Amino acid sequence: MKLLQAIGRVFLAFLGAAGRLIMFAITAVTHCFLPPYYPRIMIRQMIEIGYFSLPVVGLTAIFAGMVLALQSYTGFARFSAEGAIANVVVLSVTRELAPVLGGLMIAGRVGASMAAEIGTMRVTEQIDALTTLSTNAIKYLVVPRIIAGVVMLPILIFVADIIGVFGGFLVAVYKLGFNPAIYLQNTWDFLEPLDVISGLVKASVFGFLVALMGCYHGYYSKGGAQGVGAATTNSVVSASILILCFNYILTEAFFGL
Amino acid sequence: MAEPKIQLRGVTKAFGSKKVLTGVDLDVAKGESVVIIGGSGTGKSVTLKCILGLLRPDAGSIKIDGREVTGLSTSERDQVNRQVGMLFQGGALFDSLPVWENVAFGLLSRKQCGRDEAREIALKKLALVGLKPHLADAWPSDLSIGMQKRVGLARAIATDPEIIFFDEPTTGLDPIMADMINELIVHVNREVGATALSISHDMESARKIGDRIAMLYQGKIVWAGDPDSAEAAANPVVDQFVHGRVDGPIKMQVRA
Repeated sequence: MKLLQAIGRVFLAFLGAAGRLIMFAITAVTHCFLPPYYPRIMIRQMIEIGYFSLPVVGLTAIFAGMVLALQSYTGFARFSAEGAIANVVVLSVTRELAPVLGGLMIAGRVGASMAAEIGTMRVTEQIDALTTLSTNAIKYLVVPRIIAGVVMLPILIFVADIIGVFGGFLVAVYKLGFNPAIYLQNTWDFLEPLDVISGLVKASVFGFLVALMGCYHGYYSKGGAQGVGAATTNSVVSASILILCFNYILTEAFFGL
Repeated sequence: MAEPKIQLRGVTKAFGSKKVLTGVDLDVAKGESVVIIGGSGTGKSVTLKCILGLLRPDAGSIKIDGREVTGLSTSERDQVNRQVGMLFQGGALFDSLPVWENVAFGLLSRKQCGRDEAREIALKKLALVGLKPHLADAWPSDLSIGMQKRVGLARAIATDPEIIFFDEPTTGLDPIMADMINELIVHVNREVGATALSISHDMESARKIGDRIAMLYQGKIVWAGDPDSAEAAANPVVDQFVHGRVDGPIKMQVRA
């Protein structure tokens, strides 16, 4: 009996949390289309997500591209298919690696800071203070972050695409002895617009998920420093899992048969 | 008697199985300063948050200016909050904004004036709570707790509200600073002519800032009267609290 009770309790708590998250998401998205907007805060968030994340996402992308060229060479050399390396690098980077790895890095960098900041505002009553000052906390705190995430991540990931492909190019040319012109030609020939576009759409969805999870966990955090810490962890973990999960769904939608 | 500015009738609120408020009745007349006293965890903050609309009471009625404010929509609530100022216990200043923008936040968010004019007003309010103009561009985290409370007070009065709420205005301050905050509240109360509702467990403060004191105990207002009669109140609960005795009807619940 005890065991059943425990299972039931956990299950109900899970359903409650899922429902609350969905309600939060619906409210947040609705408010994205209703004025007033806070352009100052939105611009600050955009700079935070887009500009200050460049180093970390760029480094992730360049090493991903480099290791990809190196690994596919070991594989393809056995079949004398070295020419396909450029193809593998550009497709993997634009379709999968840049958006997914970039999204995960952003979840750690930006999502965590959103949860910590909003969580601290919650436990120090700053969110209550917003309400008493006739300011809708969802509009003021959540909407700018979600819009910044949705808009800036694709731009960031587009840059990461270029850096990632460049990483592969570096390894192919300087380590594996490819002809730079032919490598670039191969890269360009195989690339189709859909490869890049699908990656950017993914990036936009991931940006939404990261901002949503960061804001949600921050908004409902409670109980002082410990609560804020838990909110930060939860935001990163849940955003990461959702990114991997939605990555599959989106890939299926774009390329599945 | 004229219509009370704030009127609570039978307000109840429970969190899970824990009943915090079991039927609060309270009237606050226009221009009056009422202090709700009571031990820690007796629901003083919950009462305040219910009036402010941050929490929704389970039952009962809360009227401001004769208008029922429970169950208002967000935009209607904003209309009501326009005439309300609130000083939070920890100040609750926005640490991403400089001091003057904190003070002017209500003015700017309600688009009552431009940024330059809002800054002017903010400086005036800062002067009113005894802060020098050069602090206007400081960040809240650079200020001492006492200064943060003053900024919080300046923010609460920036929009010239008709009602001001004070949540434990003197908690965590040294006696001199506490007295200074008390004087400021009395001053502001008279200056702005606002109706004030405070919660406190500091009797010294309650005596000073309150025209009337109401005692919250076991989720109800058990006694209300002017500060002097609180001293000699026949009610054993009030008597114990006012004189700070361990023995009496209020038992410290070590474990609920």
